[in-house]
Amino acid sequence: MDTSRSYLEPSSFSKKLAATIIIVYTVITLIPISWMVMTSFKNVNSAISYPPEVFFEPSLEGYVNLFTNRSRQSQEYLDSLPPPENWYEELVRSREMVITGPSKFLGRYSNSMIIGFGSTFASVFLGALAAYAFSRFRVPLKDDLLFFILSTRMFPPIAVAVPIFIMYRKLGLGDTHLGMIILYTVVNLSLAVWLLKGFMDEIPKEYEEAAMIDGYSRLQAFFKVVLPQAMTGIAATAIFCMIFSWNEYAFAVLLTQFNAQTAPPFIPTIIGEGGLDWPAIGAGTTLFLLPVMIFTIILRKHLLRGITFGAVRK
Amino acid sequence: MSQIKIANLQKSFGDFSAVKNSNLTINDKEFFVLLGPSGCGKTTTLRMIAGLELPTSGEIYLGEEEVGMLRASERDIAFVFQLFALYPHMNVKNNLSFPLKMQGYSRSEIKTRVEEAAKLLRIDHILNSSISSLSGGDRQRVALGRALVRRPKAFLMDEPLGTLDAEFRELMCLELKKLHIDIGATTVYVTHDQLEAMSLADRIAVMDGGEILQADEPAVIYNKPATKFVASFIGSPGMNFINIDQGISNEQSTLNIEGTDFNIPKQYEISKSKKNSFGIRPENLSLTNEGGLKGSVFGVEYLGSRKIVTVKTNFGEIKVKTNISTSVKINENVQVKPSNNNIIIFDGETDRSLKSEFMN
Repeated sequence: MDTSRSYLEPSSFSKKLAATIIIVYTVITLIPISWMVMTSFKNVNSAISYPPEVFFEPSLEGYVNLFTNRSRQSQEYLDSLPPPENWYEELVRSREMVITGPSKFLGRYSNSMIIGFGSTFASVFLGALAAYAFSRFRVPLKDDLLFFILSTRMFPPIAVAVPIFIMYRKLGLGDTHLGMIILYTVVNLSLAVWLLKGFMDEIPKEYEEAAMIDGYSRLQAFFKVVLPQAMTGIAATAIFCMIFSWNEYAFAVLLTQFNAQTAPPFIPTIIGEGGLDWPAIGAGTTLFLLPVMIFTIILRKHLLRGITFGAVRK
Repeated sequence: MSQIKIANLQKSFGDFSAVKNSNLTINDKEFFVLLGPSGCGKTTTLRMIAGLELPTSGEIYLGEEEVGMLRASERDIAFVFQLFALYPHMNVKNNLSFPLKMQGYSRSEIKTRVEEAAKLLRIDHILNSSISSLSGGDRQRVALGRALVRRPKAFLMDEPLGTLDAEFRELMCLELKKLHIDIGATTVYVTHDQLEAMSLADRIAVMDGGEILQADEPAVIYNKPATKFVASFIGSPGMNFINIDQGISNEQSTLNIEGTDFNIPKQYEISKSKKNSFGIRPENLSLTNEGGLKGSVFGVEYLGSRKIVTVKTNFGEIKVKTNISTSVKINENVQVKPSNNNIIIFDGETDRSLKSEFMN
């Protein structure tokens, strides 16, 4: 028996087993995502060919279709036009169509950005203030209030869709950015308060006491001393809030149509000729994935520390 | 620098009263120590002086100004925390300049002051280090530095040496004392360690159960404790107490215990109780063959220069500090006798020491 290793060190067999499980799991989870990315680079025919094509000639048709509106024209009309000015016009014309204008995708995408980041910022900011108050002050009925806040997550948000729909129509918040930001903030806030309260509890109150002795008000101490130290928790909370508001579909379908429609309800409605335009949908979802991915990668360091926070400290 | 005065100070947390009706005057430039076991109210008192807790009632004067209800940021005092509370997201230099930035000093003024404080505390070589890379002693110095740069009216310290190891604590004690002499700042220092208190303080206030039992110079606290608690809390080992089932009358100068007459200092006060205690410090006792309290040796501890002999008597265990040359064996029959007149009678009802020729 090999006795040279420490008893705390996993054996090489369990290391290999763990690696195998992780690799298999990663492959399984990555199949749909890589299929989606592949679809975005296929052309309309190869996307729906059977058996499915794993190797194909890449094309940017999906992306062009995603960003443009096109109309089919007769060959005579196409011939009468001046030669195409750029590669995407050429691509569209090769399908016997002309570009009639930009699609709505960019607008929907920026709506998603505004609403996603806006509500994430609002949830984390308000959540941090509330969590700090719950953590430090003697709040009457503190436990009941905290439970009440948590209880707002005990039913699926869509269960209250009808009252919210009516309220939003009366208040004129339907199909507005502000309305969607408020809605997602409300849903995320309870999570933010609970997560951040845990982090705030871990920060010794001596830090802000020291700052207050040093001449700062409590609010200044909160911003200058407490918040920087709660960065881990803030990052973790921000990712969770961002993922929710970015991906939210049901309320977006129900409450937005033109002005504030986000990308999730828009992408599946991209219809090409004679059916769904799968490469364009693939391109839309691929682009849709990027911001959250980048956001998570930027905050990843904090996220990993955030999840294990408190377990190894001190 | 200012005098600090607290008058009728009280603090309750719900039903629990943490500080009861305290009165205290801390003189300008004095090193004043609040000493007591945990939960005695010393830290609460300090935090009220700092403005981190608001008193339930009573007044706190900083110099001439009544500050009891002012916010901490408005009091111009510095506080050194037990766990230092250095801002971990800033380096040493930024920690030191943090209080100055708030007060709107110019960049060059801040730089001069930070460098001055750093030089005084010998931390000028680590100004750009991060807090997490510092040793305990350096963190301690940075915490002191952050208090120093502002030149506040008073320094408040809450067990600042509590987390350091014993050897280093001694060194920091000396440094603190020297620093105090150099800058002459009014300092209030909280500790539960009597050695720290004795070696640092100009005056000590001993607290227990939210009350200030005695506030005086270390020698007076040690030799002439005002209450039984002070007598037992101060000194290592603490004072010996022998329960006597008799009252004390005025002018009494002998006391009969188990048939033997002992001389005691002439008493100036009549005891309220019939069950009092006879208190004497271990170094004021000696071992003898006759004319003392009978007992047998229970334990002998060698302390290098001294020995502590524990004698089991009918009145419980009595500790005697003897010369190193004294040789006694476990279970040997010995007698214990006062070697001088430093004897205090504590009233059984009030636990206070009775006035006498010695306790005047």
